[in-house]
Amino acid sequence: MRVVLDPDLCQGHAECEFAAPEVFSVPRRGVVEIQRGALPDSLPDTLLDAVREAVRNCPTRALRLED
Amino acid sequence: MNDEGRNRIPAAEPRRASVANSRPVVSGSEHLAELRTDPIGLMRRVREECGDVGAFALAGRPVVLLSGAEANEFFFRSTEEDLDQAEAYPFMKPIFGEGVVFDAPPERRKEMLHNQALRATMMRGHAETIEREVRELVALWGDEGEIDLLDWFAELTIYTSSSCLIGRRFREQLDVRFARLYHDLERGTDPIAFVDPYADIESFRRRDEARVKLVALVQEIMDSRQESGPVTREDRDLLDVLLSVKNEDGTPRFGADEVTGMFISMMFAGHHTTSGTAAWTLIELLRNPAVLTEVTGELDALYADGSTVSFQALREIPVLESAIKEALRLHPPLILLMRMAKTPQRVCGYDIEPGELVAASPAISNRLPGDFPAPDEFQPGRYAEPRQEDLVNRWTWIPFGAGRHRCVGAQFAMVQLKAIFSVLLRDWEFTPAQPLDSYENDHSKMVVQLRQPCAVRYRRRAR
Repeated sequence: MRVVLDPDLCQGHAECEFAAPEVFSVPRRGVVEIQRGALPDSLPDTLLDAVREAVRNCPTRALRLED
Repeated sequence: MNDEGRNRIPAAEPRRASVANSRPVVSGSEHLAELRTDPIGLMRRVREECGDVGAFALAGRPVVLLSGAEANEFFFRSTEEDLDQAEAYPFMKPIFGEGVVFDAPPERRKEMLHNQALRATMMRGHAETIEREVRELVALWGDEGEIDLLDWFAELTIYTSSSCLIGRRFREQLDVRFARLYHDLERGTDPIAFVDPYADIESFRRRDEARVKLVALVQEIMDSRQESGPVTREDRDLLDVLLSVKNEDGTPRFGADEVTGMFISMMFAGHHTTSGTAAWTLIELLRNPAVLTEVTGELDALYADGSTVSFQALREIPVLESAIKEALRLHPPLILLMRMAKTPQRVCGYDIEPGELVAASPAISNRLPGDFPAPDEFQPGRYAEPRQEDLVNRWTWIPFGAGRHRCVGAQFAMVQLKAIFSVLLRDWEFTPAQPLDSYENDHSKMVVQLRQPCAVRYRRRAR
């Protein structure tokens, strides 16, 4: 699994950072930075759930999970 | 032969390298009258006659109406610098007032949208607040009776949005008068505003009177705060914060007019939209009793262990959520999203000139038969895996818009609707008080609302 960002769409609302601070950080101005772009399959379930929630909660649908 | 070097694309118009096709126009020369009476009929006609890109005329100016995934993606990816919202909504400025939202520059608007109150950290508190507000309103009900869906949900959402976005203290100082005046503002959105936002018509006169009275109500509340003195930090709401801001000479920075404008604008996007969606969800559940039974069963089971609304409303309630999504798809609260082109654009081979209006329509795109099989039918099952038609059709399932400008309150709206129905459907049974096909929207204003009468009966559930 890896997270894919559509930088056109990110408006810096930082909902993802709230859901999964280990993976996403959003500067005061600008778009999200993904800490680990390619998440390994062995990612603990707890973190994967958080990433799923981050993807789901993105107000502009800028994030996507890919196999 | 490679002649790239000689045949350079002019820098001024990078997107205009080739000759555009002539843009299709819908039949008829002026469509303001049709937009005021049957906007969805007009937009359907544009799509039927023209396809994904077609123009109609609004007060002599072309409006380029887009539909379908490709054209919608162009629309929703565009920046404010290319497609601007402010000038496309001339009916909002008399409602918000000077200096507020659409009167502010794009960069400032972007900052305003990062509303603290809508952040995920706030949602649990909001769910609690919403539950309390619903319970307070149903406490006024007898064991059975009748409500008007428009009046009831509009009043409820005035209380929920003021309480969540401005604060509990401000909400406590409101009553039904605020809701009624606010309704007059929403009714003051006749498309005549595209000709003249201050035209001398009944709904605009009422709009302006309502705004004056709202300012007076807010002034009263501000005066009462001066008298009652400071409150603890915990009890402070947004109004207290605004009142504490002073100019250099010590005078208050914000007057009642400006404060009212800010509050009106903060509540606007989440008011008629949520109110209408709550009403339509209930109507569609009454029209589809099997789904209603399923939703009620889902809620009964979820709450059987005594868990709270503030806990559950933040989590998935799949059947209810699908029903809400389907109500949103069939009855999107905003039927026409508009922008004004600030730069030359090209979409699907057609040119758009600066100064032209560009639009996308949730009412049309949400029912495209290629994307949504049986598009006019209420089928919550279309959101379950593997269909997930809301996610698959990211540019055409657009009750909340899409892309850069997707509704920042979508999450809040879903939490709110889940909280509302968690209370209503567990404690009450509803039946229609009029023929099921007689519930319909009034499309004569840009703010779409249910046409009255739209009554339902309630009865306390035997449990």
